[in-house]
Amino acid sequence: MTENDEASSRPTVAESSLPAAIAVDHLVKVYKQTRAVDDISFSLPRGSITGLLGGNGAGKTTTIAMIMGLVLPTSGRVQVLGHGMPEESASVLGRMNFESPYVDMPMRLTVRQNLTVFGKLYAVKNLSERIAALADDLDLTDFMDRPNGKLSAGQKTRVALAKALINQPELLLLDEPTASLDPDTADWVRGHLERYRRDNNATILLASHNMLEVERLCDRVIIMKRGRIEDDDTPEAIMARYNRATLEEVFLDVARGRVNGAKEAAR
Amino acid sequence: MTELPLHRGISAHRIGAMILRYWYLLLSSWPRLLELLYWPALQVITWGFIQYYIAENASFFARAGGTLIGAVILWDILFRGQLGFSISFLEEMWARNLGNLMMSPLKPIEFLLSLMVMSLIRLAIGVIPMTLLALFLFHFNVYALGLPLIAFFCNLIFTSWSVGIFVSGLVLRNGLGAESIVWTLMFAIMPLACIYYPVSVLPGWLQYAAWTLPPTYVFEGMRALLIENTFRADLMLDALAINAVLLVASFGAFLALLRSAKRQGSLLSGGE
Repeated sequence: MTENDEASSRPTVAESSLPAAIAVDHLVKVYKQTRAVDDISFSLPRGSITGLLGGNGAGKTTTIAMIMGLVLPTSGRVQVLGHGMPEESASVLGRMNFESPYVDMPMRLTVRQNLTVFGKLYAVKNLSERIAALADDLDLTDFMDRPNGKLSAGQKTRVALAKALINQPELLLLDEPTASLDPDTADWVRGHLERYRRDNNATILLASHNMLEVERLCDRVIIMKRGRIEDDDTPEAIMARYNRATLEEVFLDVARGRVNGAKEAAR
Repeated sequence: MTELPLHRGISAHRIGAMILRYWYLLLSSWPRLLELLYWPALQVITWGFIQYYIAENASFFARAGGTLIGAVILWDILFRGQLGFSISFLEEMWARNLGNLMMSPLKPIEFLLSLMVMSLIRLAIGVIPMTLLALFLFHFNVYALGLPLIAFFCNLIFTSWSVGIFVSGLVLRNGLGAESIVWTLMFAIMPLACIYYPVSVLPGWLQYAAWTLPPTYVFEGMRALLIENTFRADLMLDALAINAVLLVASFGAFLALLRSAKRQGSLLSGGE
């Protein structure tokens, strides 16, 4: 991140008085005998980009699903944009959006039809102009009238991103946003997300296995393992703490249980 | 713990968006459109000829002209009404789109209302040509039933929505592994609904069970109209009262199943 970017993402006095974009308090989710999320707490300020890291089964998707209200917590509280989820979801769902590999856009509808339907669901004003702007921004123009099912994986990801941005959300939840993209398109999407955050002071929470992506985009990283928060800091601070040059090395330390050794070595 | 959101501020705009979504889907596939016409047409032709054959060989059926074709048409309103509702719901499961909808400002009640409207649209596409076939091939004019037809239709469609809401909740909770319920549940009530025979045919104890189902009142009412030229308003009012209870109960069940799905995390999987 450049100094200018940092300055622009710093909250103003008025913004800092707003409630956190996401506040998670002692959140627990138990599926039968499994504690998928085990007493986690964190708070994300407005305008931040936070990476949620962890191996498969670490509890990232369940955490995001609870924030979205798709999964009910066993105990604990989630507040989104100052409103309790899911009981006050009607107040916030129109101000947030998400993209996840666990959901698809309807395959038989064209890109334009899909964006029209979701635009109407989110009561987007001047919808045609908004769709045209997104098509232009995300390079969808050539296939706007093609059914979603006939698109390549990369094109589908861009359409899903367009859906996630249709209502210009204050809060964007992204689960593996660049998973099926080639390096060039993935880089371009990251640039787009950075610009979107900067221009809209949006808050972004993203779960990703791509450590370079997290290093580039995120000003904070939460590492999860077996449902618990293993570490929570800026990427730089975490890498320094583990005495590692990249987040990928930190990820491997955490995944393979070398946490204490790495931290000791750093000391 | 937390409560699911209640349903303040129902938005016609969001209901319209969902109807638009299903309309686009319907227009995107001519085999789907054709299928809406195919089965009802096949039904009415088959039962029309059966009615002709029986009428020629049995004096009672000669008097009771049209009861079989009438029953087939009304049964199709009930069955296709539920299918029209449930298939639109299943489309979301097949498309793995439910998460997108649940995360949007769309409320459960708006979702269900859009499915109700779609069931009417799908029903109109399938059943109106069916009634015209009955008229031209077998000289049975269901519209000649007049105002009672509206009472029959309303009661049947309310029942079909109740069943549709309930089975959609079951699929939501249990994933596509429970899909077969959508296609079969209505047939489970078929023997008790007394579509082709009067309630008096059933053993006494089973008649009590039959009278708990609104369609039973409709089919009895239809026979009273066609055979005795009597409109039984009392039957229609009884059916309406039971339907009101069923609609409220099915909506409550849907919300409970949705909540259970959120507790189990099945909205994220949606599969078997």
